[in-house]
Amino acid sequence: MAPKTSADVCGMGHSMKRKEDPRFLQGQGRYVDDLQLPGMLYMDIVRSPLAHARITAINTEAALKVPGVLAVITGKTLEQFNLHWMPTLMSDTQMVLPTDKVMYQAQEVAAVIATSRYAAADGVEAVDVDYDPLPVVVNPFMALEEDAPVLRTDKKDRKDNRIFHWEVGDREGTATLLAQSDVVVKQRIYIPRIHVASIETCGCVADFDKVQGKLTVYMTTQAPHAVRTVVALVAGHVGLSEEKIRIISPDIGGGFGGKVPVYPGYVIAIAASVVTGKPIKWMEDRMENLQADSFARDYHISAELGARRDGTMTALRIKTVADHGYTDAACNPSKFPAGLFSICTGSYRMQKAFAEVDAAYTNKPPGGIAYRCSFRVTEAVHAIERMTDVLALELGMDPAELRLKNFIPAEKFPYKSILGWEYDSGDYASALQKAMELIDYKALRKEQAEKRARGELMGIGISSFTEVVGAGPSKDFDILGLKMFDSAEIRIHPTGKATARFGTKSQGQGHETTYAQIVAEELGIPAAHVQVEEGDTDTAPYGLGTYASRSTPTAGAAATMAARKIRDKAKKIAAHLLEVSEDDLEWEVGKFFVKGAPQKAKTIQEIAFAAYTNHPQGLEAGLEAVHYYDPPNLTFPFGSYICVVDIDRETGEVKIRRFVAVDDCGNVINPMVVEGQIHGGLTQGMAPALMEEIQYDASGNIRGGSFIDYLVPTAVETPRWETARTVTPSPHHPLGAKGVGESATVGAPPAIANAVVDALAHLGVRHIDIPITPEKVWNLLKEKEAGVVPEFRERRRRPRPVPVGSL
Amino acid sequence: MIPARFDYEAPATLDEAIGLLQRHGDQAKVLSGGQSLLPLLKLRLSSVGMLVDLGHIPGLSYIEEEGGFLRIGGATRECELERSELIRTRYPLLTDTTLVIADPLVRNRATVGGNLAHADPANDHPATMLALGAEIVARGPKGKRTIPIDQFFRGPFETALEPDEILIEIRIPTPPARSGGSYLKLERKVGDYATVAVAAQVMLDAGGSIQAARIGLTSVAETPVRAEKAEAFLRGKRTAANILAEAGRLAAEAASPTADWKGSVEYKRDMVRVLTTRALAKAIERAGGK
Amino acid sequence: MATHEITVTVNGTPHRAEVESRLLLVHFIRDELRLTGTHIGCDTTHCGACTVLLDGEPVKSCTLLAVQADGGSITTVEGLARDGTLHPIQEGFWQEHGLQCGYCTPGMMMTSHALLQRNPQPSEEEIRRAISGNLCRCTGYVNIVKAVQYAAEKMAQPVTTQGL
Repeated sequence: MAPKTSADVCGMGHSMKRKEDPRFLQGQGRYVDDLQLPGMLYMDIVRSPLAHARITAINTEAALKVPGVLAVITGKTLEQFNLHWMPTLMSDTQMVLPTDKVMYQAQEVAAVIATSRYAAADGVEAVDVDYDPLPVVVNPFMALEEDAPVLRTDKKDRKDNRIFHWEVGDREGTATLLAQSDVVVKQRIYIPRIHVASIETCGCVADFDKVQGKLTVYMTTQAPHAVRTVVALVAGHVGLSEEKIRIISPDIGGGFGGKVPVYPGYVIAIAASVVTGKPIKWMEDRMENLQADSFARDYHISAELGARRDGTMTALRIKTVADHGYTDAACNPSKFPAGLFSICTGSYRMQKAFAEVDAAYTNKPPGGIAYRCSFRVTEAVHAIERMTDVLALELGMDPAELRLKNFIPAEKFPYKSILGWEYDSGDYASALQKAMELIDYKALRKEQAEKRARGELMGIGISSFTEVVGAGPSKDFDILGLKMFDSAEIRIHPTGKATARFGTKSQGQGHETTYAQIVAEELGIPAAHVQVEEGDTDTAPYGLGTYASRSTPTAGAAATMAARKIRDKAKKIAAHLLEVSEDDLEWEVGKFFVKGAPQKAKTIQEIAFAAYTNHPQGLEAGLEAVHYYDPPNLTFPFGSYICVVDIDRETGEVKIRRFVAVDDCGNVINPMVVEGQIHGGLTQGMAPALMEEIQYDASGNIRGGSFIDYLVPTAVETPRWETARTVTPSPHHPLGAKGVGESATVGAPPAIANAVVDALAHLGVRHIDIPITPEKVWNLLKEKEAGVVPEFRERRRRPRPVPVGSL
Repeated sequence: MIPARFDYEAPATLDEAIGLLQRHGDQAKVLSGGQSLLPLLKLRLSSVGMLVDLGHIPGLSYIEEEGGFLRIGGATRECELERSELIRTRYPLLTDTTLVIADPLVRNRATVGGNLAHADPANDHPATMLALGAEIVARGPKGKRTIPIDQFFRGPFETALEPDEILIEIRIPTPPARSGGSYLKLERKVGDYATVAVAAQVMLDAGGSIQAARIGLTSVAETPVRAEKAEAFLRGKRTAANILAEAGRLAAEAASPTADWKGSVEYKRDMVRVLTTRALAKAIERAGGK
Repeated sequence: MATHEITVTVNGTPHRAEVESRLLLVHFIRDELRLTGTHIGCDTTHCGACTVLLDGEPVKSCTLLAVQADGGSITTVEGLARDGTLHPIQEGFWQEHGLQCGYCTPGMMMTSHALLQRNPQPSEEEIRRAISGNLCRCTGYVNIVKAVQYAAEKMAQPVTTQGL
């Protein structure tokens, strides 16, 4: 669809070069660690080597003697201010610093304040902590057993490690329909723990001005306003008051959900700054980031999918055990402890469905929501897309054919899914057919048959996902009670330029450009003249931040509505200037003109000037608006991905030969930015599919706690992604746009997993858990050669013992 | 990621450097490329009292053929190996090896001498030097001495170098005509240490059969290992597929890898088998054989 | 000695400083010289966010001591543009959307710049191998490759203004 505005105005549909780039290209980005404030001190953290242990002593004498070390903060220090515990975003509690015991390896135990980075590091080495080990629970199934040791001994009435039981759907109806179905396939699917590993880690500079009683915190956060309110609530009793708290989220080097939680490091730095009256910088290093910060996934899924003999899906039943770590710090909307997992019926017409999730405490770092997952949508989609292929294999049906047969048809939208979502719009068949055409699916199947005859392993995997983003309507969505609207405040200046501020916070998504394009679209002010600002709670309107692909659906809509409010006022001013009634005016991008006399017109720039110099009597001067947008529904981006893999039969190595991604995010603001999001998302989808994983041994020691073993793909492992688009606008979004940031991380892993299984299916393989390492493939091939056909069997996920003491 | 305090000297001559090593004993460590040592110091997994930087000593970096040997200065950077036309055409096994060490940026600093002297069982050059039958030249307070490569690696991170000796040169006998070599490394991604790796160097006779073969294995034991049974088996054999397959099997038997996250013992052993067979095939092809 | 006086030329300007032996070059550049365009992204020499040119070669400045750079010449991202004119590499990254959060970008550009000095017409495979020591989480590398190709083409044209 061609853009409606000229290249000069650069509204929607233009691949506008990004306005934020000049500073990044010249090394003038302002990331948290770039800040140096006068008198600034440095903080570094002492961390527990043990996963579960009582702290018997913290010896700080040697540390305090290290030149440059000024103080060591412990749980006891914070206890005096009742700051040693704080709420999580899921209304659970988490330790800031422990006073009794540690509950995961790498947990914060004490903090050293020093005059330099190097002194702080020396101080950390010199702190001597005595521990009394306690029994470690790392297996969530074992954590949920009757006789498991209760981990949260801080909660007086806790008798077990079950955080919650959540369920959705019709348990009996689903059971009945499954029992009646011709075919039921059942599969255990484990989606392991992974980590966002944004190239910038987390950190802050906390700066408390004693004289003014004002706290400013520069923080790597995706949700500055929420943080401000949380700090005000948590630390109100020590004199911090919300109007005197300023959170500044400057340039952020990647978020992906990992910069949503309020980490203990932030709170300790704030406390240290309040006490010392000096700025305190805390910047974690990579190992701390991987080992202690919010992880993602760790879902043990057991899924059953029923169908008729002809391939019509009937019912879906899923039982999940969720490993949350030692506290529930998942950052979901509060009524959705398992996130938006109920999207698990996917792109298909399911008659009945039932899903339940039991979440367990374990001796691991907390988290669960991160890594571009849209609140557990990655898990849900992986499950349904894997099960669809398992079903296809069982029925002997082509997986594309099975999908086309079961897709919700385009004419059925808005579609109410059996688990309660109202999908706004979709055309799944077109997307899949486009992908099949682009990759020449028929030719690939032919090639595969030929290769199979020669003993070569080649696979084709499909994933046709439906995403659910844009949280969310106030009737259902809140985080800690804060409703999930978002906001835009637009002010037009006398010379016709604009400043637009938002409650979201880009960490690379290009808001400085895309939001400007929205304003340009609605008002005709060139995007180059629209200054977009985010992240400073002193100036930005209140918002819930950027994650879960929510910015375009919420703040983008808010910008549209605010711009339209401005246009309404502009019309009044234009009428006044042209001496006609408002009804005589028509709008064309950038100007109002008199119907039938187009030469009688006023540009938005002329109107803006008049707003300050010649505004109509009875109307206020100025030209601005703010809008808090409460979305009426979520949006449902979707797509079809097709992946072709070749497998080295001897080594088990999987190589992605081609990957075609057809995405539909409704109307597109900036095609170049959207494509970039897809490229990045596909790479972050491939990584967990083939190489990324965090594991714990039975003692709670982490594996994958540094980049040595946590494998982030380089340009060599990453294929050249091929992208294409269909456009099915959202009927309820004012721009028809849906959001796209996480689609590819959601859709890619099952496409890859399906491709590998497809390559091995003729040997009897029907499932493989990600990450699909060469060794896993090799093991499967060995099993097949030996004639062992592993039936589905209930298997406990016991961690594999690994030698301790490696990096 | 911040090292503990240490002292540092950048001597101008080899004698000064050796003097520093003598004076500071086990508190001293040599800094060559630093791409193995500095990461250890940053994580405080290793400590040092006096860091002796070879970086300002002239004459330690060269690649030249002389008197039937390829001579590589100990401080020669990996990137120089990578860019050397001489090495690419006449010692392709070395080119193969250098190209899979860490990543291109690390290779701009890392040195060949450092890779050997550090003697991490997962380092790549050791197995290759075994396959090439190299010699190590060391300089100490008593002068120069030559150490055959088969005696050089003593254990993990342990070599035959004395604490006051510096590795100054690697000498590789120039292979005769009809020779070829190949290094194959199984790694999970660029920059990873080897799951396993195999260096194979073969010499063919006039009839195209294998006159001699040397096979070095990386990451399969506490030191690099020569697959001697496989080497013996190959001597005099034709270069048929079943021969190479058997050599692979024998090489796998020479490996005693430990299980870790890169793979089980069985998987690693089998990968030695696969890589040996493939490396031999490539080496033979480069030697002009079939 | 535990501290040393070093002289390092950075982006053409000589700097003299007294530094601890253990001071990492990246900290010297960022904290002492206040050139914060060079970034830190890991602690195991993997990510390459800290890449600078040392005597023309791209190196990971987190795995070098400042003292090792004594007498040397360093170029950081701040030294790419000349008199406000972007270097073709910077232009390429802008045109081709080769950056999103911008954090890996300085390192990527220094490596790419060095590649093009040595290999003015690299293939896609050569570009990907050259940047395999620089990690990116945002872009998926596709547009980074395009950015380098753009710069290569621009630099191949006869120019009146000087590049680096």
